[in-house]
Amino acid sequence: MRRFFRVLAHEWRCLWLSPASYVAGVLFLLLLGLLYWAILRGFTLLPQEQTPATQFFRLFWIPVFFVVPLLTMRGFAEERRTGMLERTLTTTVRPVQLVLAKFGAVYGFYLLLWAATLLFPWIAVQGTSLEAGRRLLYDLPSLWGGLLFVAVSGLLFLSLGLFCSSLSRSQLVSAILSFTGLFLVIAGSRLLLEIPRVTPDAPGGFEGPVRYLQVFEHLLDFSAGIVDTRPFLFYLSGTVLFLFLTTVAVARRL
Amino acid sequence: MDPADASIRAVDLSRSFGRHRAIEGVSFAVGRGEVVGFLGPNGAGKSTTVRILTGLLRASSGEAWVEGHSLAREPERVQQLLGYMPENNPLPEDLRVGEFLRYRAALKGLRRRREREQRVGELLVQCDLQRETERKRIGKLSKGYRQRVGLADALLAHPRVVLLDEPTLGLDPHQVLGFRRLVEGLRGSLTLVLSSHVLPEVERLCDRSVILNRGQVVAAGTPAELREQFAAGRTYHLRAEGSPAEIGDRLRRVDPTLCREEDPVEEGGRVHHLRFSSGAEPDLSPRFVEALEAAGAIRLHAIHREEASLEDIFLAATRPSWKERQRPGRAEDHPAGRGGDA
Repeated sequence: MRRFFRVLAHEWRCLWLSPASYVAGVLFLLLLGLLYWAILRGFTLLPQEQTPATQFFRLFWIPVFFVVPLLTMRGFAEERRTGMLERTLTTTVRPVQLVLAKFGAVYGFYLLLWAATLLFPWIAVQGTSLEAGRRLLYDLPSLWGGLLFVAVSGLLFLSLGLFCSSLSRSQLVSAILSFTGLFLVIAGSRLLLEIPRVTPDAPGGFEGPVRYLQVFEHLLDFSAGIVDTRPFLFYLSGTVLFLFLTTVAVARRL
Repeated sequence: MDPADASIRAVDLSRSFGRHRAIEGVSFAVGRGEVVGFLGPNGAGKSTTVRILTGLLRASSGEAWVEGHSLAREPERVQQLLGYMPENNPLPEDLRVGEFLRYRAALKGLRRRREREQRVGELLVQCDLQRETERKRIGKLSKGYRQRVGLADALLAHPRVVLLDEPTLGLDPHQVLGFRRLVEGLRGSLTLVLSSHVLPEVERLCDRSVILNRGQVVAAGTPAELREQFAAGRTYHLRAEGSPAEIGDRLRRVDPTLCREEDPVEEGGRVHHLRFSSGAEPDLSPRFVEALEAAGAIRLHAIHREEASLEDIFLAATRPSWKERQRPGRAEDHPAGRGGDA
């Protein structure tokens, strides 16, 4: 356990030394800042059904598509290419400790980035004197629900990214694999609903299981303050699966 | 070698990558405190063997022991006993030297901070990395200093066996000299295995050599044993005034096995440089001097006896493979292991 925390601390520090982390951080906050501004502007023009926080978190997939590959592509691909992975594994550190430490570090960084977006409503509140506006901006159920969704879904997305990183020696290839994997998880399940056999009326259709995979619906539930165990199970089991596969890939593809 | 005296013992190690057999039936032993060179052309199986010994690769069959501990049954114990510097010496560019070594010391089981600080301090001095170098980013270091960092890393956990894979690759002559001094300083305190194809390096540093070719051990022993096996006899270089034919006749009366290796080279006047190879083991130089002095028309300027170098032995031991490589249409070796040096 001590060794795990040692590697975790090292990985956390390496993330802060990596230019890719800063690129990811700056792009993330810049893009989400612009999106939040656009959402608020929409509120000034037309009445909206959903709170700014709900609308904001509905766009979670935009930063996820580039931040997750940027944060995870370096994980194993670069270390495998340079040979550092080999050097690390000649110590008594086990592949599973290394995988969990890398995952812990990128997950911490990812949460930190999302936590920084809480500044957006705070900044907006400083600019309004209307009590109704303040309540709308600080709608706690949708804010915390959105953040909880981001935290839980992030587990799956980052573990998928790390798994892709363990499959290649090239950061570029692992980033492309990661992007494709994220697309399949986030948008692929929605596309599945377009297949005739999974429509509600189709006999023997499997709409139920496919609905269970709908990431956007999970977000709506979370934003509405509904915390269902099924999405948790989906994200956690997916995370465990990808971390297991990453460990196998690291241990076997030396 | 008695198995109890062996620091490393490998018996019938084999490893396949798909259909390709990177090594097959590799057996050797390294005694405690020995410095042993692992030699072989590219694709001979040096790196594969070294990586099996470090626990990074599993052998398809066979077994190895390090300090009496089985690699298959006690891999963690073996890893604690081994220090390893991989080929190309990968290091994190962004970390500082001291920072990297402290982190590695923690990973290698030096639990207490004081213990880590003390060991890192010792190695910084031993490898001449103290003061400014300790605070430099590894990415800013020259290749020679990077090798020192790699060696310091390999020595961190007081290993009893250190494996260095191509440690002088890409170093300039000054850096090679510095690195050689460092390794010389370790002689006797631990068992050192150098995997290399820089033959002069191995010849200078190693007590014994193990030569691999096409995944098999083709020769092993001290330089004298290898000479006996692959390059028996000696070469004599002479500078003498007189007829080359007569010089040859006179010398052959002393040693009938003597053969002239190349045509005499005229060095001005009647002075010739001649080269003879002899199948006889003892040094016959004094008897050659006597024989030439007895002949009035010959004046000997110099005589020099040369032993076969490790390069000659290496070429003799790996010749079949070299010939095979020259055949047209032969497929390149399978690039198993990193850098194709499996």
